[in-house]
Amino acid sequence: MFSWFFLLFCDVFLVFCDVSLLFCCCPGAGQDVGRSCILVSIAGKNVMLDCGMHMGYNDDRRFPDFSYITQNGRLTDFLDCVIISHFHLDHCGALPYFSEMVGYDGPIYMSHPTKAICPILLEDYRKITVDKKGETNFFTSQMIKDCMKKVVAVHLHQTVQVDEELEIKAYYAGHVLGAAMFQIKVGCESVVYTGDYNMTPDRHLGAAWIDKCRPDLLITESTYATTIRDSKRCRERDFLKKVHETVERGGKVLIPVFALGRAQELCILLETFWERMNLKAPIYFSTGLTEKANHYYKLFITWTNQKIRKTFVQRNMFEFKHIKAFDRAFADNPGPMVVFATPGMLHAGQSLQIFRKWAGNEKNMVIMPGYCVQGTVGHKILSGQRKLEMEGRQILEVKMQVEYMSFSAHADAKGIMQLIRQAEPRNVLLVHGEAKKMEFLRQKIEQEFHVSCFMPANGETTTILTNPSIPVDISLGLLKRETAIGAAPDAKKPKLMHGTLLMKDNSFRLVSPEQALKELGLAEHQLRFTCRVHIQDPRKEHETVLRVYNHLKGILKDYSVQHLPDGSITVESILIQATAHSEDQGTKVLLVSWTYQDEELGSYLTSLLKKGLPQSTP
Amino acid sequence: MLDCGLDMTSTLNFLPLPLVQSPRLSKLPGWVLKDGSMFLDKELKECSGHVFVDSVPEFCLPETELLDLSTVDVILISNYHCMMALPYITEYTGFTGTVYATEPTVQIGRLLMEELVNSIERVPKAQSASMWKNKEVQRLLPAPLKDAVEVSMWRKCYTMPEVNAALSKIQLVGYSQKIELFGAVQVTPLSSGYALGSSNWIIQSHYEKVSYVSGSSLLTTHPQPMDQASLKNSDVLILTGLTQIPTANPDGMVGEFCSNLAMTVRNGGNVLVPCYPSGVIYDLLECLYQYIDSAGLSNVPFYFISPVANSSLEFSQIFAEWLCHNKQTKVYLPEPPFPHAELIQTNKLKHYPSIHGDFSNDFKQPCVVFTGHPSLRFGDVVHFMELWGKSSLNTVIFTEPDFSYLDALAPYQPLAMKCVYCPIDTRLNFIQVSKLLKEVQPLHVVCPEQYTQPPPTQSHRTDLMIDCQPPAMSYRRAEVLTLPYKRRYEKIEIMPDLADSLVPLEIKPGISLATVSAVLHTKDNKHLPPKPPQPPASKKRKRVSDDVPEGKSLKPLLSGSIPMDQFVQTLEKHGFSDVKVEDTAKGHIVLLQEAETLIQLEEDSTHIICDNDEPLRVKLRDLVLKFLQKF
Repeated sequence: MFSWFFLLFCDVFLVFCDVSLLFCCCPGAGQDVGRSCILVSIAGKNVMLDCGMHMGYNDDRRFPDFSYITQNGRLTDFLDCVIISHFHLDHCGALPYFSEMVGYDGPIYMSHPTKAICPILLEDYRKITVDKKGETNFFTSQMIKDCMKKVVAVHLHQTVQVDEELEIKAYYAGHVLGAAMFQIKVGCESVVYTGDYNMTPDRHLGAAWIDKCRPDLLITESTYATTIRDSKRCRERDFLKKVHETVERGGKVLIPVFALGRAQELCILLETFWERMNLKAPIYFSTGLTEKANHYYKLFITWTNQKIRKTFVQRNMFEFKHIKAFDRAFADNPGPMVVFATPGMLHAGQSLQIFRKWAGNEKNMVIMPGYCVQGTVGHKILSGQRKLEMEGRQILEVKMQVEYMSFSAHADAKGIMQLIRQAEPRNVLLVHGEAKKMEFLRQKIEQEFHVSCFMPANGETTTILTNPSIPVDISLGLLKRETAIGAAPDAKKPKLMHGTLLMKDNSFRLVSPEQALKELGLAEHQLRFTCRVHIQDPRKEHETVLRVYNHLKGILKDYSVQHLPDGSITVESILIQATAHSEDQGTKVLLVSWTYQDEELGSYLTSLLKKGLPQSTP
Repeated sequence: MLDCGLDMTSTLNFLPLPLVQSPRLSKLPGWVLKDGSMFLDKELKECSGHVFVDSVPEFCLPETELLDLSTVDVILISNYHCMMALPYITEYTGFTGTVYATEPTVQIGRLLMEELVNSIERVPKAQSASMWKNKEVQRLLPAPLKDAVEVSMWRKCYTMPEVNAALSKIQLVGYSQKIELFGAVQVTPLSSGYALGSSNWIIQSHYEKVSYVSGSSLLTTHPQPMDQASLKNSDVLILTGLTQIPTANPDGMVGEFCSNLAMTVRNGGNVLVPCYPSGVIYDLLECLYQYIDSAGLSNVPFYFISPVANSSLEFSQIFAEWLCHNKQTKVYLPEPPFPHAELIQTNKLKHYPSIHGDFSNDFKQPCVVFTGHPSLRFGDVVHFMELWGKSSLNTVIFTEPDFSYLDALAPYQPLAMKCVYCPIDTRLNFIQVSKLLKEVQPLHVVCPEQYTQPPPTQSHRTDLMIDCQPPAMSYRRAEVLTLPYKRRYEKIEIMPDLADSLVPLEIKPGISLATVSAVLHTKDNKHLPPKPPQPPASKKRKRVSDDVPEGKSLKPLLSGSIPMDQFVQTLEKHGFSDVKVEDTAKGHIVLLQEAETLIQLEEDSTHIICDNDEPLRVKLRDLVLKFLQKF
């Protein structure tokens, strides 16, 4: 019995983390991009959070090591579900590999926009890797399609019942279109996983929001663990100024971006700026993905911010007047222009081609609006390298200006603290950040919120002990009775409750003792006491009784004391009778009789009567 | 409060509001009483053999007299048609609670209200008739005015600021979102399959579940399919919003609609479709999209005229998450979910805010016009009725089931125009209801009285009523119904510290029990985890026997029986040497001679009779208790 109880009370969380903690060489660009993949084990349920890949590697290290999860046995048997927070490849890039090549057939949950956009990015990435770089042993288009068939789309705030015990709920995260935070709940234990999020609304997305759900554990990203970023307006002004200056002096601006996300925000920014300043220089968006991407934004406008949602009927912010599709030939056109090209880290594709064409001219400028992984051209030029070795041992000299501008929508230290304040977790776990900075944030969190804060390294397991309470069904009869008994009708006053906890199979029911007896088919055993109290009183019996009655009435003001016609006295349910002593007429014997339930009062009465009656009663 | 609908059939008693001065309507004779008195001739006009009120149209409100709406905490909205009375409630009744609805419901509801306000405000009417409402006067009027109910409660339309204020009180929710209300109950909207964002609601506590099923559809149209599984295990299922036309099959009606439309246009006539700006129109446009090419109608212009036409078409495209699976997949491509985007792109469908402005330049006949309002009393439809009513080439096709088409047409008679009645109501019919009830098996069904008997006009059709076991409980307007359900349990949580203090005891195989004494706090309707009672402060403890015991301290009940021999042995072990046992009819009497103490032992009771020797009594008590179980 006891060992069983112990098991119940000491449930355990296991969190396995597989988050590469990496590089920061570029000053002011201290971000990393790892492969996010976290395994949470909560009350016997195993949930995998995100399934990202690492873009800096081209070998096995690219994908998470799924043998961490289970060495033998199928993933489908071990995992109850997989949750994807948003469509960035460092959060979903390994999904087809995981589900189709390693093998997983269980449910995968993500938001509607993520479900829509994710396969396109995966296909795009696959093309670059396989078609351009000629790699084999990579997932195929068909695998992406098959993988997406396993995806279940969730609404914001919808409570999805994965199975009878496990439920998940999505909250708005504001990092990219469709980014969501997820609450995972089993019984009364819960974990919140933030994915990437942003606490300040930007030009096209709203701010992350969560209710006071008091999870046992909050797993939060900590990309900008120590930064408190300058105001968004400043960064925007800075960006516009740089673009404007370059265009004014006839230079070309290259902005390598990922097709979705920042690109749309920057487009809105430039579009309004161009309109206001009446600028004529052309803005191009590299073809293919991007036009389609804007279309996604139009169709999923309910996931953007309030302002865009309100005005979309009159003017859809994602229909750009000044921004046109880019053609390869335009790169050689004379005169100023601004080009958004994919991919964002200059590691392949159109953006790299344009970069090579423009790099030699100091009038031109490249603006890197996001992080760059080690090994990419983007990372090299940001870390100050100006002579790049290209394929075929060619040396490319970079004369164009290189600017870094952080527009990636992660929460900064202030934002992370704000989210913790909103959700009120009992424990915090930091992931997706750089060790040193995380340590600083960890201390700050522990100081300010007095909660334990963990920051596991890659492959490390964190165990968090929870103190789950046991849900018990209380019978309404008992509840109402206890409420009624409470002496003062003050609702705020705590009430003493006495009941019987019935444990049968796995159900716990708290019922009144009477009901418990009845349900178990047991009879009540009445325990009754009768005490003889001798009192010296020469008066007649009924006079003695009257004196006793008056005496008790005087003392027991809160009790119902009654003098019955048959000559006995009752105090609540305690019966007092008087008889004359058989031998001594001057002594009266009081018989005080009570049940075990009135034990205290009965015991008190006998000791009170034993002291005798007050001497003078008129 | 569940839903907040507006009865707009009241407007049928009013004269239409023409957009363009209509010589016919402005020269109607005043109505004269039989005795020749004329005092009502300004208010009531005779038109096509019927009497109409010549005034701003008024609507019949939900019951507000019977209950104090400031005591209503929450209003749950099931679909955009069921929220039209919201401004009256939130702005005029002292209501201070919260309204819950899904996002499409609010957005499209706003469009419906906007259209209503716009079409009424656009035609300012000088007079507002009230004399006829006098009970004495009303009695003298011809039917249906004579029989109109609660006319004194009829109200003029609200204004846009009121609409905005009302809508600002709505809290947006998503399907399957669990919303805690005051810690007492949880409400959850579920897809009902009838319209964009339409929902059924589950109201539940830990042990009771009430489902509110209103305006649901099992047919595959554009919205997300109805969620039936979540309705299972309901204690009570409130069923309302069934189809108004149980005899019409929506699919057949759509076919009829298309063929009538094609025939009229081929003969050179125009087609008028009075409709709401959202809902069935999306399905009609989709059908026409597939139909027009095969029917050779590709050159016929389709016009959608409503102040909110553009918004409605745009909004329909962005609620992908609320659409059926097919439409959802389209968005992933990415393509607009509804084909009317293509109709607009190819210029086959054009939309205008009103007949004024651009429309008059583009207007080409023959054509098809979708416009409101379906009551034919206000909106641009009035103009087209006046314009096309005289030609038998033209056709008006009624698709909305809310109004009787004959009543709607009454002020336009005599009409040369063809009238086709193709009501498309996708809500549940009685066959579907019985299927649904069989599927979800609620303990009790509650529904309006009308659903428990065949329609009055077809009293032989016993299939047109709800048939379930146990029989549905019905309610009428302003009736209070007590549900035959008793709450038994609530949920509390036991914290580990209290649980640690419990000593469970196995009573029967597999059943254990423990007595719990704890302090219970109640806050925000939630019973907080009980805490172990605190021992009284030590100061008090010293004199505890001198004090009157406070309140009633609770002692457990006892159960079990006392085995005679063991009991005697125990007594002897504890120093009672002179134990004597006597048998009685029901048990035994144990005598402790020296102590002059008597213990009666019976199957279910023990009686200790002793002198006033407290230590002895306590000792005996504890010995007896050892043999008994506490509850």
